Amino acid sequence: MSRLTDTNSYEGYIQELAHTTELLQEKIEQGKTNEISELIDSIKETRDRGLYLEVGKLTRALHDAISEFHIDAYLDDSDKKDMSTISDATDRLSYVMNLTDNAANRTMDMVEASLPIAQDIGHDTSKLKKDWQRLGKREISYEQFGELYKEMGTFLEANEARVENLQQNLTNILMAQDYQDLTGQVIKRVVTLVQDVEGSLVKLVKLAGNVEQVGGLEMEPEEHSSKPAQEEIGIFPTKNEEFVSGQDDVDDLLSSLGF
Amino acid sequence: MNILIVDDFSTMRRIIKNLLRDLGFTNTEEADDGSTALPILQKGGIDFLITDWNMPKMTGIDLLKAVRADASLEGLPILMVTAEAKREQIVEAAQAGVNGYVVKPFTAAVLQEKIERIFERVEAG
Repeated sequence: MSRLTDTNSYEGYIQELAHTTELLQEKIEQGKTNEISELIDSIKETRDRGLYLEVGKLTRALHDAISEFHIDAYLDDSDKKDMSTISDATDRLSYVMNLTDNAANRTMDMVEASLPIAQDIGHDTSKLKKDWQRLGKREISYEQFGELYKEMGTFLEANEARVENLQQNLTNILMAQDYQDLTGQVIKRVVTLVQDVEGSLVKLVKLAGNVEQVGGLEMEPEEHSSKPAQEEIGIFPTKNEEFVSGQDDVDDLLSSLGF
Repeated sequence: MNILIVDDFSTMRRIIKNLLRDLGFTNTEEADDGSTALPILQKGGIDFLITDWNMPKMTGIDLLKAVRADASLEGLPILMVTAEAKREQIVEAAQAGVNGYVVKPFTAAVLQEKIERIFERVEAG
């Protein structure tokens, strides 16, 4: 065991194993039973030691994989340590959910507000059309004509406001669709994250394979495929000084630059 | 007035296109990133450029720099409409010669105001 304390590597473990096995063969040839038994214990110990080594590596790789996915923006340094990218991804997806929910509701609100307006226009039009046709056939009296004239005036005036209202609602519906752009960007980043996590898991599975095969074998080369930190997009509500908090902030910043 | 709208998301292009139409600008062209936008611009006939920042292949900031580096395009008014809200990015865009900067999500009124302001300045020379 003491010989192993300074050989804390996979190579050291293999060397130790080779050395002990050589000794064992020697003792078998010499028929030294006591020493054979001792050496077998030593081999077992070496194997256990190798196993600990690989499990240790696996644990470290797992830790690295987790810490690799730390986020790098809109959080203070103190927060970073405690927040993995997985929880970041969860937040991002919740954000996507909120945006889509808002967009759907905004759209439906506008549709619900617009339908009665369209119905009113339809209703008033049908009524006026009848009177208008009667006018064409000269079936109305002078008084009725005065009434129709007044009604037509009211209708036209009301329509002006109604159309303006409808246009406003349609523009709002249009604007509600901006969620697709914003959520698309977030989802793209989460997809990248999932791919990174998958890569790390494959690495871990390989290391776990090492643990299983300990006792023999080829060591997987250590890979560090940590990707550069994702560039953050500032579409999250944030108090981070690095980001502007809205258009007013942008305008202030630009005017400070002489715009 | 021919306006080129550059954004990798077609819904955003559509939103901007519709808003522009409401503002009376009916002649618009579209491109989905800087690398497809630049040839359209170099071909000539575009009077105003509205571009996103974060796009595949060629980003909006690279497009902005490429346009300013091109003698035939250096005076083209450019409005950035983007989700990029880092102060240093806005400063970078300003230094690269952007004429206006709108952060997403934005309102129709903000877009209108920025476009009108850019035109006022361009007309004032």
